[in-house]
Amino acid sequence: MFFEVTPEHLNPEKLVSHVRMDEAGAVVLFYGVVRDNNMGRRVDHLEYDAYPEMAEKVMRELATEIMGRFPVTDIAIQHRTGRLEIGEASLLVAVSSPHRKEGFEAAAALVDRFKEVVPVWKKEVWEGGEEWIEGEPVKR
Amino acid sequence: MASVGKVRVRLFARLADMAGTRATEVDLGEGLTAGDAYRMLCREHPAMAGLEGSLMYAVNAEYVSADQPLRDGDELALIPPVSGGSMELGTWNLEQESDVL
Repeated sequence: MFFEVTPEHLNPEKLVSHVRMDEAGAVVLFYGVVRDNNMGRRVDHLEYDAYPEMAEKVMRELATEIMGRFPVTDIAIQHRTGRLEIGEASLLVAVSSPHRKEGFEAAAALVDRFKEVVPVWKKEVWEGGEEWIEGEPVKR
Repeated sequence: MASVGKVRVRLFARLADMAGTRATEVDLGEGLTAGDAYRMLCREHPAMAGLEGSLMYAVNAEYVSADQPLRDGDELALIPPVSGGSMELGTWNLEQESDVL
């Protein structure tokens, strides 16, 4: 397993190499990128803030949980921080598994869950304004 | 309330903007909880007030509830609703069981 919060560019090939193994016939990669619009607004760029030590720890807990629910062989996650331009990758998730079906399911569940519990935040910046985007508060 | 130590507090995203800082400290009183520490900070930074309903707390990088008592030397983080990842919304079923939160 590999987990990282970094201000550096994300490298999908490197992440895939962390999870690929001989008994796994599939690696599913989620490549999350910055889009040029949101809620009808033209986005200029995003700024990501994070609590890196905790984010890496929560990613590990999430991955462990997903590996208990799906028959997958390995998981790696990377999130970038700082200023990101349109088209740049913000989140990479790589999941290896013996067969593709469980890999797709595990990756989808992991990305959904990531957005609820991993302490990372984005600020949307557009011409003439900016706003911290906040997810739904988690009910406990 | 007599101080029995200090707690370091980390602020992120909107809260860091509101407070104008990413790190501060509160004096630890006997029995002070994570929620109490937030309310103390709101007196110093009134712009941060009113977020009880959405805020989450972490002590030493572990999610805790608002009534978690603090100890000398703890690191408390005030965590607004998170929004990492790319730009679509998640669809996780909150009924699903999880040990993470």
